[in-house]
Order: sequence, then C-alpha cells, then structure tokens
Amino acid sequence: MTKPITLLQAVNLAMHRAMQENKDVVILGEDIAINGGVFRATENLLESFGPVRVIDTPLAESLIAGMSIGMATQGLRPVAEFQFMGFIYPAFDHIINHASRMRHRTRSRLQCPLVFRAPFGGGIQAPEHHSESTEALFAHIPGLRVVIPSSPKAAYGLLLAAIDSNDPVIFLEPKRIYRSIKEKVDDDGKRWQLDQARKVKDGKDITLISWGAMLHETLEAAQQLEKYNVSCDVIDLLSISPIDMIPILTSVKKTGQCAIIHEAVKTCGVGAELIARIQENAFEYLKKPIARITSPDTIVPYAANEQIFFPNAAVILQNILKHFNIG
Amino acid sequence: MAKINDYNFTVSSHQCLDEHANVIGELPSWASSLDNLLKAYRSMLYSRMFDDKAIKLQRTGLLRTYPPAIGQEAVGVGVGLAMHAADVFCSYYRDQSIQLLRGIHPEEILRYWGGFEDGNNYQNPSRKYDLPVCVPIGTQCLHAVGVAYALKYKESNSVVVCSIGDGGTSQGDFYEAINAAAVWKLPLIFVVNNNRWAISIPTEKQTAAQTIAQKAIAAGMEGVVVDGNDVMAVKAITDAAVEKARSGDGPTLIEAQTFRLCDHTTADDATRYIPKNDRLEAEKKEPLIRLKKYLTKYHHWTEKQDKHLKAEIKDQVQQAADNYLDIVNEPIGVTWDHLFENLPVDLTEQKQAWITRQQNKRGNHD
Repeated sequence: MTKPITLLQAVNLAMHRAMQENKDVVILGEDIAINGGVFRATENLLESFGPVRVIDTPLAESLIAGMSIGMATQGLRPVAEFQFMGFIYPAFDHIINHASRMRHRTRSRLQCPLVFRAPFGGGIQAPEHHSESTEALFAHIPGLRVVIPSSPKAAYGLLLAAIDSNDPVIFLEPKRIYRSIKEKVDDDGKRWQLDQARKVKDGKDITLISWGAMLHETLEAAQQLEKYNVSCDVIDLLSISPIDMIPILTSVKKTGQCAIIHEAVKTCGVGAELIARIQENAFEYLKKPIARITSPDTIVPYAANEQIFFPNAAVILQNILKHFNIG
Repeated sequence: MAKINDYNFTVSSHQCLDEHANVIGELPSWASSLDNLLKAYRSMLYSRMFDDKAIKLQRTGLLRTYPPAIGQEAVGVGVGLAMHAADVFCSYYRDQSIQLLRGIHPEEILRYWGGFEDGNNYQNPSRKYDLPVCVPIGTQCLHAVGVAYALKYKESNSVVVCSIGDGGTSQGDFYEAINAAAVWKLPLIFVVNNNRWAISIPTEKQTAAQTIAQKAIAAGMEGVVVDGNDVMAVKAITDAAVEKARSGDGPTLIEAQTFRLCDHTTADDATRYIPKNDRLEAEKKEPLIRLKKYLTKYHHWTEKQDKHLKAEIKDQVQQAADNYLDIVNEPIGVTWDHLFENLPVDLTEQKQAWITRQQNKRGNHD
C-alpha cells in the first residue's frame, strides 16, 4: 500500500524515476547534490546517481541556464533547479534568447529538451525576493512551455512529462503547498498531458479558474459557496502556456459566469489573457463581466505582512459574493 | 599578516612571424609543409573575399546587415585548422572564417545574414552539433560549458571551442563560464578575438587589465596571448590547447590580438571612432600580406600563382553568391513548424490565420 506523499516528495520521486529510465537525464543547480536542495526536492539523487549526473554548480544562475542549453543541444536532458523563482532573472537572457528559440532558429537541427524547476509564490514567511509569482513573464515567450502543478499527483505526472518533452519547460512549483497536501501517488511512471487543464469540481453556476497553490483556496471558497446555493465548476489550469481553452470555454458557455483567481499581481497576469480569450470566444454567453481575484499591483510585503497581500479562501468568497450579487 | 599570494604572474605571448614575415619565434612543424600553409592562405583569402562579396551584396540591397571579419582571418583560420571535424564549435557572430573552414556552406552563412533562419540548419552532417551563430554577447560561453560537460559526460574524445570578441569579455557570462569550465576541468578552449574594438569602445575602456588572457588566472586556468595576425602562431597555440583539452587537462583561454580593419557591421561607420593612424598602422600588420610575404620569401610563391589562386577563389565565392541569390523562400507555415516539437492545439488557429494571410500576400507563386 503506497503511503500518501507531499508535492515535494512527488517531485523527488519523478526525478528518481526519470533518471532511472534515461541516462541522458542530469540534474543540476545550487546545493542540489549533497544538500539535496534547500527544500530537499533533490534528496538522495546524489546517492543514487552520483556526482556526474547530479551536479552542484557554482552559484551562478545564468550559468545554470546557459549550460543546460548547451547540454540539451548535445542530447542530454538537463533538469535544473533554480533555488527560488526570485533568483531566476539572471537566467532570462538564456531562457528568452536561446532556450525558447533553439529549435526554431535551427529549423529543428538542434532542440532544447530541458526543464527549469523553480519554487514560487508566497505564504511561507520567507525573506525578501522569495515570495513572488511572476509566471506570466514566461507565458509571454513563444516557444516555452510553462507548467504549474497543484498537487502531488499532478507534480509527479507533469514533471515526468516535462522531462520527456523535447521542448523547454519552465516547471513552477507552488512552495506554499510543498508539504501541506498529501496524496497517494503510484510510482508507475505514468505521464500527464503537458497542456491539458483539468476540471476538479463540477458545478453549474460559476466557472472558477485557478492554478498552483491558489487552486486550493479556490476550492475552499467554492465549498463555502454551496451554502449560498451556488455551485461552481473549478478548473485547474496546470499549464499557463500553452493554455487549454477547451474545458474553459465549455464551462463558461454553460455557466455564463466566470472568475479567475491567481496569486500573481493583477496587471498583465495570466488572468488578463484568460479573460481576453474567453471574451473572444464566448462573449455572447457571458451574463456578467469576468471577475479577477488576484494580489494587488504592488510589491509583496515582507514576511510580517505578507498574509494580507495574497488572496485566500475568505477573500475569494467575499469577492465572488459581491461581484455576482450573491446573498 | 600572512601572505597567501604575491600576485605575481606572467602571461606568455606567442608569435612566429613579425609583420615583415621574418621568423622571430619557433615555427611549428605543421608550418614546414607548403600544402599546409597554402591551405591556411587559401582559407584566409576565401574568408576575405567572401566578406568583400557579402558587403557588396549588402550595399546593393541583396543581403541584410552583415558583420565582416576583415583583418581577423588568421584568428579564425588558425583556430579552425586546429579543430577536428568531430569537435564542437560555439561561435559568436564574426566567425565565418572558422565556419567556412569547418564545412558550413557559404550559402548558409549568406542565408542567415540574408534573413532566413534556415541558414542555421547546417546541411553538412558533420556540423550537426555546432551551435548556430550567437548574437547576444557572451552567452555562447555558457552554452559551450554545457556542450563540453555533455561531451565529457558521454566520454567523447571531442573538445569544444568557444569564440568571443574582446567586448564580450566584459559580460558576466564570460566570467561565469571560465570559472565553471575550470572547476569541472572541461575540454573547452575559449578564444578571444581581441580586434581592439567593441563597436566604438577600445579595449582599454573595456578593461583595466593589461591583457584579457590574464583573466583566466583568476578562474584557475591557463591564459595565453597570441599574435592574432600570425596564422602559424594561432594554429600552434590552439593546437596545444586542443591537445591539452583532449587529454583531459582542462580548459585554456587564448587571447588572439588583432585589429578590425572594417566596420563593426555594414550598419556601422568605423571612421567615427577608429583614429585613422591607428588603422593605417594596423593595416601594415594584417595577416594575409604577412603570410604571402612568408610564402614568397621561403616558398618562392609568385605573383602569378597568387593571381591564379585569387581568381579561383573569386569564382567559388561568386558561385556561392549566385546560389544564394537564387532565393527560394521557406514554406509558408515554417515559423510554426519548429516552435515546438508538436504545435500545441492552442496555436493552431493562429497558424491557420497566418497561412491564409501569407498565401494572400505571396499570391499564387508559392
């Protein structure tokens, strides 16, 4: 009988599995080998696969990205960890100018099968620069896949698929739920589809769309909405680029009401993109403007005050009640 | 106070010929063969004449912005001759001389600068793993680290050569790369084409260090200076570095000192910043004249032979240009075909709209 495991353990399990299956998979990053990663996502990989495949790099993020690209062009499948999303920005030059374009600009002579993992988002009282959700920056770049798991099962299935993929994948791990949610995960090597959203709750009145850690706050709000006789479809996006619009449009055409919930700040967030696409494709079905429930357009407060910044189930509920004139 | 390092170091500097082609250093055994020297001379001439042709094509509206390497041919050719076919080259954007020598088709280089991505799709199968030209300055150094790590991981006998300009050595990526290459003792050779000018900025405004080569010392690897106008010296120094890398003894940084005897690109005007006298002085030291003088002096190379060789290369370059000018556009939907391995459903609508628009634009010709 498999024991329930955390999202973090599922990430670790997927990497063990991928390395066992394929010798081309190598893991690199800062403090990922002997230390097992600052969150322990890479724990025991060094012991199982040795220092040539599990590589502690010098402390340089541009190096991690740039060398991963070089490795990928020669047939390796690097899975690189960026210790926190807040420190991935030195690697942008490589992500945007090279990883996303290598296949395209060589007309598939070379490809870039790499995964860049990074814990993101707030809620763990971490220091400055450790709590942002800037996933939309990556979703704006053609040629990248941007994947965000919301549960241990999703993390396992999606990370294996990301490592298999011959496209560069940004794999963002919501660290707030790294250890707070447990699920039974069969280590059966089963891959999830990389660009398929999933419906996690069925309803008829409002479509709620979210991803990552906010999915759980959204589900809790949806639960509370039942008391008001409001039932919600809840969609877990899983991939913010590309976006799987099919279940979203199906749901919105049914409910005619939609709210998007994300932890990232409001302006130019993925929510804006979703709203644009929904109105392009289902405008005539909408009974009300689409609601956006997000963090405000300001800097994430330091740990002492961060809890007032992020949406939570109560905030989501209040916003939905007000926006849709419920109760 | 305990002294841990007295900060004394020397950087060796290498030269075989002076500007008058007098032998002033030890000649490599490679240079005793006329065939070898003629191959170098021909490759340098080809690069020069290819650049001349490319500039003419650009001036007549038949090529987009192009970065010539006039005056720097000995760097590319010396390095290119030292590499094996299976070695991997990570280039910056002024590396046509190495690329041509390594069997990348001249038409492909023209396609790239003519504005077609498929110029990066090298058809020579032995160039399958060379990286395409790298435009964002210095970033190729980190790709080279990854390539070298991969080769070492696969227990390959190949090495990696990464080239960069003098301006590129001011980038953080350059320092991150030499640092990591030395930590992992990678089979990697960094070649700095120090042509004195990073667009308008001369080397002394780029760095207060006396040489760029000495930066290698801080990274824990060997750095050497070579006269970049002396193809024999470039070849000899690169040979040594390549052999060292191949035998598992780690990376080397080579600073090849030369001079850019042309504009940065066809969009530039170097007379705005390169003092005329500096350029005139530099012209006296240029690599093609030097090797020709040597061939004349020691191998009885004649004007007639020289003219004949130039005429032959001129025809070859013209042929490449003609092939290039016989422009066939890529298929209409190509921009979607290589974006992902399989185009996500999410993008099929945009692809369809694009194809319709392009079909209308191109009419029935395609």
